[in-house]
Amino acid sequence: MAPRLVVIGNGMAGVRTVEEILARGGGFEITVFGDEPYGNYNRIMLSNVLAGVQDEAGIFLNDLSWYADNAITLHTGTRIARIDRFAKQVYAEDGSATAYDKLIIATGSRAFVPPIPGIHRPGRGYHQGVFAFRTLDDTRAMIRYAREHERAVVIGGGLLGLEAARGLQNHLGHVTLVHAAGHLMNAQLDAQGGAILRRSVEQLGIDIVTGAHTTEILGKHEVTGVRLKDGRVLDCDVVVVAAGIRANATVAETAGLVVERGIVVDDQMRAQDEPDIYAVGECAQHRGETYGLVAPLWEQAKVLADHLTGRDPHAAYHGSRVATKLKVAGVDVAAMGVKEAERDDDETLVFSEPRKGIYKSVVIRDGRLIGATLVGDVSKVAFLMQAFDRGLALPEDRVELMFDLGGPPAEVSAAELADDAQVCNCNGVSKATIVQTVHGGCRTVSGVMDRTRAGKGCGTCKGLVQQIVEWAAGGEAEEDPGASWYVPGVPMPKPELMHAIRTHGLRSVSSVFATLVPGGEEDAKSKMGLASLLKMMWGAEYVDERDARFINDRVHANIQRDGTFSVVPQMKGGVTTPAQLRRIAEVAERHDVPMVKLTGGQRIDLLGVPKEKLPQIWAELDMPSGYAYGKSFRTVKTCVGSDYCRFGVGDSTALGIAIEERFQGIEGPGKMKLAVTGCPRNCAEAYVKDLGVVAVDGGRWEIYVGGAAGAHVRKGDLLATVGSADEVITLTGRFLQYYRENANWLERTYAFVPRVGIEHLRAIVVDDAEGLAADLDAAMAASVAGYRDPWKERAEPVTPGQFRTSLPLVVLPQVPVR
Amino acid sequence: MNGLRGHRLGSLDEIPVGEGRTYTVDGEMVAVFRLRDGSVRAVSALCPHRGGPLADGQIDNTVVVCPMHLFVFDLATGCSLSGQPDLTSFPVGVDADRTIVIYPEVSP
Ligand SMILES: Cc1cc2nc3c(=O)[nH]c(=O)nc-3n(C[C@H](O)[C@H](O)[C@H](O)COP(=O)(O)OP(=O)(O)OC[C@H]3O[C@@H](n4cnc5c(N)ncnc54)[C@H](O)[C@@H]3O)c2cc1C
Ligand code: FES
Repeated sequence: MAPRLVVIGNGMAGVRTVEEILARGGGFEITVFGDEPYGNYNRIMLSNVLAGVQDEAGIFLNDLSWYADNAITLHTGTRIARIDRFAKQVYAEDGSATAYDKLIIATGSRAFVPPIPGIHRPGRGYHQGVFAFRTLDDTRAMIRYAREHERAVVIGGGLLGLEAARGLQNHLGHVTLVHAAGHLMNAQLDAQGGAILRRSVEQLGIDIVTGAHTTEILGKHEVTGVRLKDGRVLDCDVVVVAAGIRANATVAETAGLVVERGIVVDDQMRAQDEPDIYAVGECAQHRGETYGLVAPLWEQAKVLADHLTGRDPHAAYHGSRVATKLKVAGVDVAAMGVKEAERDDDETLVFSEPRKGIYKSVVIRDGRLIGATLVGDVSKVAFLMQAFDRGLALPEDRVELMFDLGGPPAEVSAAELADDAQVCNCNGVSKATIVQTVHGGCRTVSGVMDRTRAGKGCGTCKGLVQQIVEWAAGGEAEEDPGASWYVPGVPMPKPELMHAIRTHGLRSVSSVFATLVPGGEEDAKSKMGLASLLKMMWGAEYVDERDARFINDRVHANIQRDGTFSVVPQMKGGVTTPAQLRRIAEVAERHDVPMVKLTGGQRIDLLGVPKEKLPQIWAELDMPSGYAYGKSFRTVKTCVGSDYCRFGVGDSTALGIAIEERFQGIEGPGKMKLAVTGCPRNCAEAYVKDLGVVAVDGGRWEIYVGGAAGAHVRKGDLLATVGSADEVITLTGRFLQYYRENANWLERTYAFVPRVGIEHLRAIVVDDAEGLAADLDAAMAASVAGYRDPWKERAEPVTPGQFRTSLPLVVLPQVPVR
Repeated sequence: MNGLRGHRLGSLDEIPVGEGRTYTVDGEMVAVFRLRDGSVRAVSALCPHRGGPLADGQIDNTVVVCPMHLFVFDLATGCSLSGQPDLTSFPVGVDADRTIVIYPEVSP
């Protein structure tokens, strides 16, 4: 029988070790215990999840089927309470025992939560509103809570605290970072670097208080603020504690293993005096060091796997030289080694340009790099890291350590890099792995990134990954085709695709697949984007295959988490009448609609309507669809305007209604949410809409485009200021049409506008520099003329069972009725 | 499952081409899809992730995409292609009078 290997901790180090063991042929019967209820995910990406730049699904490293495929027994949500090293058994909290021949402890760390009065509720864990930032569950809970609150205080100004603060901004309006030391990231940066970083972070809109000790968390039931030692009180309703980490070593300690700051291990990662127990990752202490980063664990996992499988009995871990990088978009920081000179004869070079937020320093001892700090410009990080890690000889002209001086950039060239050099620290990918992937036939940068995960963490290594791919492909890295395609299943960028559709006269989604995809293969994920494009291009001539539509567009309503639908009637410009309200109320009452809610777009939403009831409800409402479900023109939000408002300078309501009247229901690559506001006080939030119109003095209107205030927040760019409502309508139509024709599928205007550039848009839409205006206007006019209210489609189902339920009656999560 | 003759669910014409509809088989919810290549597939009707109604999902000749969070499943095997638990797949066909039939599991 194969020896039994038990791993405690289903985190990054434990599972990486298992992967390395499998890569060496395995030979164990493996059981993994994990406290968290999931497969294995990349913890460092939690910062990206919080910041909204990555979804949860994207951070999983191994799903449950991976464990099954490799015959690994996984116990998720199971905490090991005790190790009996004499009987060689581990006991889970539920009392069950599992025997091992070899045991790996990979329990990682937990957030260190300082004993601040008020941080805990007796017997109930954290005070309501207080969060740590360590696990996926922490992150989810934080996001959920933050969305419903307004002001956050993050305690701790290190890497984790900064990433938490930046991420929280995505969910609430105001974030303050409270840091005990005198400057940010004081473990990695000297005071000068810290001051420059502070300015860049403040520019992101994060308030910073340094030298501040938090002495109390305030609030009776929920957090209401924090008190600092100097007596100041910062009001807040969310507190995130990022004050450091502590190794999870209690289980090991209770079992009698030697534990200091972590579980003490030797060069084979073996616990002291224990022939069969090992520790890897953050819970291990090796030669006096514990680590709080992933790079060391990639190396530890290899050594341990070599040792356990007998592949290399002499494999030994000698410690890691780590570099830290901050994952906050727009604020680049990288640091390694010591932060300042420690001996009299250490050489230091410092470059500082505070106005640009740039700070660089290097520390050299005996001709070797022993420390480097880069703030604001990390272009030299790969080179420095290499020099630091390998102790390479440094260029005579020391300033080359900081800058590329003339000639070809002195970056590490791909060819020079050692095979086993770690290219991506976040995901532990070596040069050799990338080269093998390229030789295996994957010759695009994004393909290699997908396959190896290189570059998918902090992203700072992407340049190097690209160089290596190009080098390995003999200078012939293929352009990544997929990245430019309009939809994943048809290999063409949008302009080519539209051209081909016109040339071949393709009027249906199935004909596009049949004609333009080699092999004619359909692709479910491409259907909706194609349907939208064809409808825009062909109008009434479009051959509407219903299966190409997303469910929302098949039944003209928005599917909800419990499989029911929401119904939002049109209410142009947010203006309604008593008669309309009465009708909506009666319908809602008659059908026991579980929730009636005002939407952000100034309409009324009837939520929880079963699919089969939709036609009847539309008939009884007898109002047009508000298109709250499609990738289409949604609403025009307006303020009260000059008729009633004391401040109004333009009749925003009338203009909003006119715009909605004209462009209702027009489909596009993404939603289009508009607003018209009657004065620069901006009550209708026009600055943050796909297109927003603001009345200004003198009867003029400003048009802003590319704004957003959802998961992504962006103020729109000023496209034009015009003198009449008619001009607003013309430019709106022209802009929307240009967006419809040129944006990628699901690319909202907040991404599209910066991508093509506001000057370019202005040239086309306002100045007609390319002579496209007449065509754009005509195409939009044709779409407008083709409008039909989809809710008229109710007397007869268009397809059999169009409104038949797809739901069982009980199993789904029930949305609570308020 | 019901004897050797299988479950007769209804006429193929109840399912538009390229779409799916939900049926009950012995109290179990089954999503049946009519592919554009003419064949049919049957898998358990609820997405194991959060219970999304799979018959409302978009399909091609290989996969169904759950309408809720866009997780993807192989229609022939039920296997998750995006890290969720798998669906159950059912042997299904269309008989001479265009009726959809779920066949009994063949016991080994
Ligand atoms: C938000 C965030 C951002 C980060 N960013 C970076 C970064 O940019 N770069 C970087 O290098 N590092 C970063 N880190 C640190 C990095 O994630 C860790 O170094 C790494 O996860 C350590 O791996 P590990 O396996 O030792 O611990 P973990 O990944 O924490 O795994 C340990 C697992 O063991 C489980 N466990 C603990 N005790 C028990 C028990 N008794 N029984 C069963 N299971 C148990 C835990 O639940 C956990 O799932 C970041 C961390 C966080 C939280
Ligand atoms: S080093 Fe961070 S993504 Fe590669």
